[in-house]
Amino acid sequence: MRIIDTSQENRSFSDLAPNVARNALFVSVFGILASLILTFMLGGGLERFFQSYLVNFGYFLSLTLGALFFVIIQHVVRASWSVVVRRVAEVLSSNFLLMAILFLPVIAGMDHLFHWLDPHAVDDEILAGKLGYLNRTFFILRWVLYFGIWAGLARFFYTNSVKQDETGDIKLTLRMEKFSPLSVILFAFSLTFASFDLLMSINPHWYSTIFGVYYFAGSVLGSFAMFALIFHYLHKKGRLLQSVTLEHFHDIGKLMFAFTVFWAYIGFSQYMLYWYGNIPEETVWFLHRQTGSWTPVTWFILFGHFVVPFLGLLSRIPKRRSALLRFIALYVLAVHWIDIYWIAMPEWFNNGVSFHLLDLTLFLAIGGLWISVAARRLGRASLVPSKDPRLSDSLAFENS
Amino acid sequence: MSKPSLFGYLVEFEDVTTILNAAREVRDEGYTKWDTHTPFPIHGMDGAMGMKMSILPWLVFGGGFMGCTLAMLLQWWMNAYDYPYLVSGKPLWSIPAFIPVTFELTILFSAFGAFFGMLALNQLPELYHALFTSERFRRATSDRFFISIEAKDPRFDLEKTRAFLETLGGTAIETVEEDE
Repeated sequence: MRIIDTSQENRSFSDLAPNVARNALFVSVFGILASLILTFMLGGGLERFFQSYLVNFGYFLSLTLGALFFVIIQHVVRASWSVVVRRVAEVLSSNFLLMAILFLPVIAGMDHLFHWLDPHAVDDEILAGKLGYLNRTFFILRWVLYFGIWAGLARFFYTNSVKQDETGDIKLTLRMEKFSPLSVILFAFSLTFASFDLLMSINPHWYSTIFGVYYFAGSVLGSFAMFALIFHYLHKKGRLLQSVTLEHFHDIGKLMFAFTVFWAYIGFSQYMLYWYGNIPEETVWFLHRQTGSWTPVTWFILFGHFVVPFLGLLSRIPKRRSALLRFIALYVLAVHWIDIYWIAMPEWFNNGVSFHLLDLTLFLAIGGLWISVAARRLGRASLVPSKDPRLSDSLAFENS
Repeated sequence: MSKPSLFGYLVEFEDVTTILNAAREVRDEGYTKWDTHTPFPIHGMDGAMGMKMSILPWLVFGGGFMGCTLAMLLQWWMNAYDYPYLVSGKPLWSIPAFIPVTFELTILFSAFGAFFGMLALNQLPELYHALFTSERFRRATSDRFFISIEAKDPRFDLEKTRAFLETLGGTAIETVEEDE
């Protein structure tokens, strides 16, 4: 067994955390101010504000969900390779409390976002039948439940893992493993319905049973890209130089590759059935995306979200060069954003792409807060679960 | 009966560390036709033996690419060219309908590339190998580690190679001969 000396390693983020958190907060405040100015003084309007807000909220929610999924699945399969990268995922998934607060504007803007809230919805035969599910009270109640589940799970895994840093108690690992299968089930249901509520119900006439899986695939892909970026950054700052090796980057790269393919598989499965069936009520969703200037965006999603990263990540070379992997990760995060944009926006802008500066400023507003809160939490505990019983396996891990 | 020809030397080791170090020395000595035999995979053995990256990934890629192209051609030829067949009003050459078969054949041919490529690169199946004539070698599947150096190696020398192998810390050295 390879012996890895980690005694000299810097495993703390506490010195950098205040700085990063403050800078990110500045970015966020700038984003918020710019968004308010664009909305109220430069004629953006509340409707557009909430539409851009929903896209960016859906984006950062997806990254948080992906991180939570990663934490849970590691315990389900009792993975050992991932121990050194798990803490960062635990920290990112702890952002659900922030996301819950950031959900309040969505509730405030519901009337601008969801036309099933229109008083005339009862006159629409199809909508009338769905109003038992799609109504304000039940919608809010469901989201209370989703955030309860997500924040609860994230807290459970984070606190137990941090507690183990001090006690080294193996029972904590066993406890997390015991509850992880149940967590997966809760996670799967809550994510599926949340994606229906948040993004699919923008067009309440349309439905796709695979929609939750599509959102899930993008979420997990995005969060892996986020991990790659964060570990590249930590390495650059001289953290975790011995613990997180090329082998761990390689594995994150492999998972990014896997979920690129999985995303395409799900995306195509959704498309093909509607294309084959060719029933107007089902194809309308794709029609909006094949009309006018949305067409090139759709083609870009096909090639940019699948073909390019597929070929880019196929070989082992980019997965084992952390600078190259960082580039691909940034690219994947950008394309994932376009994907969420493409899911939501065409329903409000049937005729073509209408980009607004609010799309960007709200990205900064939410993203800044998201990073700020995560950085602060990252500084509070060790960057690796330092007494995890599988830590030594993870340190010695090699792709043969 | 003619004199049996020499296959090479077989050295036995008792633990992982010794054989890893020994493998590094054999590598540094410049031998090329040699191998290690262990009951389980040893991390770092590839490096210790100085093995290059396998070309297998390229075979898999080639297989996948071939499967992808063949599947598209197959469906185009059957459905749109040789026997034009209209299905539910779709174009004869309609890519979305052809994707599932293309996907499956890409996977299948990639797997062929991996499976048959692995066999070919390892020169398998091999029904006979001189090493199996050694009684001692049977423990390679339970609790002993071995290095074999073939007589075909350009650096092989009956005396010098033996002297070199004796310095490696093995527990036994024997000559292996081809079975008649």
